[in-house]
Amino acid sequence: MPFELSPDREKKLTDLLGRYPTKMAACIPLLHLCQEQNGWVSEDVVAFVSERLELPPAHVQGVVTFYSLFNQKPVGKHQLWVCRTLPCALRGAGELLHYCEHKLGIHAGETTADGKITLRTAECLASCGTAPMIQVDKTYHENLTPEKVDKILDDLRR
Amino acid sequence: MLKHTNYLTKVYGVKDGHTLAVYEREAQGYQAAKKVLTSMTREQVVDEAKKANIRGRGGAGFPMGVKWSFMRPHATKPAYLVLNADEGEPGTHKDRTLMEENPHSVIEGCIIGCYGIGAHVAYIYVRDELHLSKARLEAAIEEARAKGYLGKTPFGKAYPVDVHVHTGAGAYICGEETSLLNSLEGRRGEPRLKPPFPAQVGAFGCPTTVNNLETIGIVPSAFLMGCEEFSKLSALHAINDGGVRLYGVNGHVKKPCVVELAVGPTLRELVYDVGGGVLGDKPLWAIIPGGSSTPVLRADELVHAPDEKSPLHEYHGKSILDVPLGVDTARGLGTMLGTCCITVMAEGTSPVAAMQNLMQFYRHESCGQCTPCREGSGWLVRICDKLMAGTATMAELDTLHSVANNIMGNTICAFGEGTAMPALGFLKKFRKDFEAYVRDSQAGKRATLVVEGESFLPPSANAGAQAAE
Ligand SMILES: Cc1cc2nc3c(=O)[nH]c(=O)nc-3n(C[C@H](O)[C@H](O)[C@H](O)COP(=O)(O)O)c2cc1C
Ligand code: SF4
Ligand code: FES
Repeated sequence: MPFELSPDREKKLTDLLGRYPTKMAACIPLLHLCQEQNGWVSEDVVAFVSERLELPPAHVQGVVTFYSLFNQKPVGKHQLWVCRTLPCALRGAGELLHYCEHKLGIHAGETTADGKITLRTAECLASCGTAPMIQVDKTYHENLTPEKVDKILDDLRR
Repeated sequence: MLKHTNYLTKVYGVKDGHTLAVYEREAQGYQAAKKVLTSMTREQVVDEAKKANIRGRGGAGFPMGVKWSFMRPHATKPAYLVLNADEGEPGTHKDRTLMEENPHSVIEGCIIGCYGIGAHVAYIYVRDELHLSKARLEAAIEEARAKGYLGKTPFGKAYPVDVHVHTGAGAYICGEETSLLNSLEGRRGEPRLKPPFPAQVGAFGCPTTVNNLETIGIVPSAFLMGCEEFSKLSALHAINDGGVRLYGVNGHVKKPCVVELAVGPTLRELVYDVGGGVLGDKPLWAIIPGGSSTPVLRADELVHAPDEKSPLHEYHGKSILDVPLGVDTARGLGTMLGTCCITVMAEGTSPVAAMQNLMQFYRHESCGQCTPCREGSGWLVRICDKLMAGTATMAELDTLHSVANNIMGNTICAFGEGTAMPALGFLKKFRKDFEAYVRDSQAGKRATLVVEGESFLPPSANAGAQAAE
């Protein structure tokens, strides 16, 4: 079935198109809207964006492959990113990552068997003063301790 | 001397400090924009802006007023102001606080900036991960529109101004200004060759000024008090590095934080007075002064400035920790002020592991357009990996050096230098340690980045985990 945006997201698209002098400029924000709804950027999503913004599919595909936040295949219900870059590593990001891997029983880059959680590493998330940290979906969790991580993971698995 | 100020941070931590009502009540919000639009010409704004000596807060330290003066009205094309809030340079955590806690200073700065450069639209490019920042900016824009501060006639002046938030999608390179413009236009975020510079051909082919978010955020404070007065707040006013700015302290300190200070604190003040000292009261070992692309400094270095004309001459022979930090003084120390957020490392930290971590970052983030950068960043990681595994040779240390050198000056954008300079910095400053990793194949196994007892896992758990392995 071809991809369609929900009515409230259609409204957002109309607002987006009013912000820029070209349609192409809405490409990244629109891909975000689609991914929010669909979970990942499928071929149908690319076709949809390309048609609505009057762009060649190859252009849209090129954008999708350039940016690391666009999922090119289905992912878990929740995304968990552990920041691994130096300032966080100085505060134990390495231990934090191992702790999450151990608790979830998966390695970074994998999704739990129930499809609930995808664990990944991230590069510096502008949270170095409150390290170590994890981003869960759209929320930052900072100044982490093992107790805090236990609670975050329990809440996600519920 | 350390001088705490609160032009940007006055509403930080205040209840509803991010709202328009509090901004107007506590920080004379929108008074500067009103003054500028109702009493000054465009030329006057640019001349006044130059007097503030605001050095770009995005890393390169270019004077903001001078950049604004490059903007020339075009016969047919509109002009744009673009704010860089991609904040992806490892170790940088300041712009986020401004968006979350004081978004209205940024919106007010956009009104003054647009007027000064002859633009009617500003785009704020925020990295996608900063969801709260985006929401706070969007809400501030709505509030300012509802009040008529944004729109067709701000403060009764027939000079329309509007501001939009635009998001990236996870690519550090989009912080580079021409890559950012491509990304804003809906393309892959690959840097463009310069010239032409954005002031000639920027967003959508039109004249554009790209400034860091904090650069624009401080503009209302400068105009409110008078730009020359503002500049004089700085200890380095005499060398055209004016005003106040946000300083971040992270890594091995007891109290990591972001604070606002008059320009010119010393590293010693930042580590001990602002950051509360080194974790575990360990000796201070090294500091990355302004984001991972700025070369590392050893805590035991002395200033070498025998030339009387050097801005650092009065510090010749003294500790680098006691030099007032500014754009030009940092350059005099052989590094860069960068984003003004320092990463502190305690004695015992492995320089090889630190470099390996950073080189992994650069390999991951290279956009791949230039061979020396794409291939070089891979080489740098591989040799670091071998050093850590205890399989590297002395000859490979020289390869490390020549690979990094070969990136310098041979790439489209400054990402290349941003990769090579810190690599060369680690290698030069800690050459003996690197050689030790070649001689002792077990050195990598003992390498650590954390201060024992001050990390994520409590010390006992750590011992248990190691025993289990
Ligand atoms: C690889 C790379 C990444 C950069 N990332 C950022 C960034 O995240 N934020 C920023 O403001 N400037 C960044 N810059 C600097 C910008 O290119 C540009 O100089 C800056 O936004 C100009 O603003 P300013 O003059 O107000 O500092 C980066 C530069 C390079 C080469
Ligand atoms: S230097 Fe690196 S990041 Fe910059 S354009 Fe070349 S390959 Fe891309
Ligand atoms: S290094 Fe992790 S947030 Fe900056």
